[in-house]
Amino acid sequence: MSETKRTNGLSRRTLLKGSASLAGLAAGSGAITGFPYVKSAETKVLRYLGTAVNEGDDIAKQCLKDTGIKIEYITATTDDVTKRVMTQPNSFDVLDTEYFSLKKIVPSGNILALDAKKIKQFDNITPVFTKGETPGGKKIGGQGTAPWKVLYLEGKDSRKFATSATEFVTLIPTVYNADTLGVRPDLIKRPISSWSELLNPEFKGKASILNIPSIGIMDAAMVVEATGKYKYADKGNMTKEEIDLTMKVMTEAKKAGQFRAFWKDFNESVNLMASGETVIQSMWSPAVTKVRSMGIACTFQPLKEGYRSWASGFCVSKGVSGAKLEWAYEFVNWFLSGYAGAYLNRQGYYSAVLSTAKAHMEPYEWAYWMEGKPAEKDIKAPDGSLLEKAGAVRDGGSYEDRMGGVACWNAVMDENDYMVRKWNEFIAA
Amino acid sequence: MDTSEDILQQASPGLIPGSGTARAAKVTRLSPSFVSWLQAGPMMLVFLAFFLIPLVFVVIVSFWDYNEYQLLPVFSGRGYTDTFEGCIAQLPDLCTIGKTYLKTLKLCFLVWAITLFIGFWVAYFLAFHVKSKTWQMGLSLLCTIPFWTSNVIRMIAWIPLLGRNGLVNSGLVKTGLINHPIEWLLFSEFSVVLALVHLFTFFMVVPIFNSMVRIDKSLIEAAYDAGATGFQTLVNVIIPLAKPGIVIGSIFVITIVMGDFITIGVMGGQQIAAAGKIIETRVNALQFPAAAANAVILLAITFLIISMMSRIVDIKKEL
Repeated sequence: MSETKRTNGLSRRTLLKGSASLAGLAAGSGAITGFPYVKSAETKVLRYLGTAVNEGDDIAKQCLKDTGIKIEYITATTDDVTKRVMTQPNSFDVLDTEYFSLKKIVPSGNILALDAKKIKQFDNITPVFTKGETPGGKKIGGQGTAPWKVLYLEGKDSRKFATSATEFVTLIPTVYNADTLGVRPDLIKRPISSWSELLNPEFKGKASILNIPSIGIMDAAMVVEATGKYKYADKGNMTKEEIDLTMKVMTEAKKAGQFRAFWKDFNESVNLMASGETVIQSMWSPAVTKVRSMGIACTFQPLKEGYRSWASGFCVSKGVSGAKLEWAYEFVNWFLSGYAGAYLNRQGYYSAVLSTAKAHMEPYEWAYWMEGKPAEKDIKAPDGSLLEKAGAVRDGGSYEDRMGGVACWNAVMDENDYMVRKWNEFIAA
Repeated sequence: MDTSEDILQQASPGLIPGSGTARAAKVTRLSPSFVSWLQAGPMMLVFLAFFLIPLVFVVIVSFWDYNEYQLLPVFSGRGYTDTFEGCIAQLPDLCTIGKTYLKTLKLCFLVWAITLFIGFWVAYFLAFHVKSKTWQMGLSLLCTIPFWTSNVIRMIAWIPLLGRNGLVNSGLVKTGLINHPIEWLLFSEFSVVLALVHLFTFFMVVPIFNSMVRIDKSLIEAAYDAGATGFQTLVNVIIPLAKPGIVIGSIFVITIVMGDFITIGVMGGQQIAAAGKIIETRVNALQFPAAAANAVILLAITFLIISMMSRIVDIKKEL
């Protein structure tokens, strides 16, 4: 913010000096693009930093059509998004990131909280985010960085999370899901119902977890708890002893050859599963869909211990102000107005404002994706490709069942530094 | 660095003898050493701005402290002490960093030895058996084929070949040689070494080939005339003269493999530790000072290996 202002001040002064050449130079270098009146004459452009989850081309096209705002995607991995917010806060306008990274981002002061009063649909946002319960009233597990713990700030420029609702919202919720293990039912040939199966010697050399420490350790904790070895007070915020214990269990399994490979990237997880290298692994919903669309049986298996959930939302860079900030609000309001929500729902994610998304979906689509009912017609992906034939039922069933079954959320622990070191030790073991 | 020194080397021999004659002294008013510096200058500036200064920053940052979201510019050895955590307490077991470097060095040695062996013979073939320049060019370009696809695609392509249900395994099972698919073909040290050799043999071929084509053919004829066997010629003439190429190729391969984390990660199923991997994990967790400390350690170890190699062969003298 302050840096941008300084640049503007300088170019204004150089202009006032009447030095035509210098002004030309400044214009050429793009230094005066910060002037509001220059901006308003241009097309409305927002640089959108995020992971690939929400960054559909169709969404950007529709947004341009509806609002005249041109979205420029900057795509990065979850870790790289956070890194970029820390190191180059002026390189983006709108940030799409996960709630768990807020514990790092908010204290850095590099983002601007949005004003809830300016978000038209804010009161219609699902109670999953605001109250920690499903619309049907089921209480959702709150271990880890649950969104409702970090949704509000104490004040406009505060770096502290508020314990009760305020108008300053860290991230306006957009998308979330409940993750679990993916399995190959054709190769396992028996029902799987617990996270503990991941370490079952029956699947020796055929299991996998993801090699992103902050998410991997949550899956590991689900497994440890499922085997009955230990019960955590909060899986998303372990003590050093708990981290040691969790990594010890995982290290023993690794040494015994339980894991075929760890994956880090969406495509890797699809390949491992589709090729039969693994038959049980932690996975993301669209990856399961992708394996299935290749004609290979793959189930996003609901497990009795519950799901590990994640959620993401929008905020803006601290460098955004004036007209640009208004466009950012316009964009966020558009995003929650239904088209994008329906698009995300059709990919197997969940949208933050259910009512508007529902209005943009066919009743049979809504019944399949959200109500857990058998598909009346063939279910198609947003790009028109066939996902499921008529009669299929979504793994895990309805929204109420899946979100109601969430046990914990992706998290950044207080002992994150120690955990990362232990993770490196685990990989080296 | 090599390049700037090369320029110096090439510049001064030409000038120093020249300055001896009166005519040359009249033409060149600038002192020879100044001209040399001038010639080396641009490269030195680039080197300074894009290598030395950033490197100094890395060393400085490695002694800083950090918290979850920022660097704290106060002196702290935490990056280093954390890295060597348990190295004394766990004796005689190796600590994480010890295990990691042992593994990295092992992979590095294997890859180096295999690429040297293959690279040497490919270069030998290109230099001595292929007579036409065009064919030499064409065949060396063939060695670049592994670089035509992106890293990720190349890695994914190994799965249908080496995987549990891949070509090799299903072929072996069908011919009845084995009953169960061989597991260690993929996501093992074997596959890591295979992929690295596949990629980096090229870096051996080029410098060795370059040294070999510069060998005066009459030396080989002389050896033959003096009654040396083919093997004696190889050991006493060709290998000593190809040494600079071998050392340069070795430096390429060793520095790349020491810092690699992508290939080792993907081919090793992310289960094999690598020095570069530790740095990546630290950077991703925003622990920049710890990452910088690991980078300094990696640099020091790589530098140690290379200086040992240049002890064996004085590249500057040989070129």
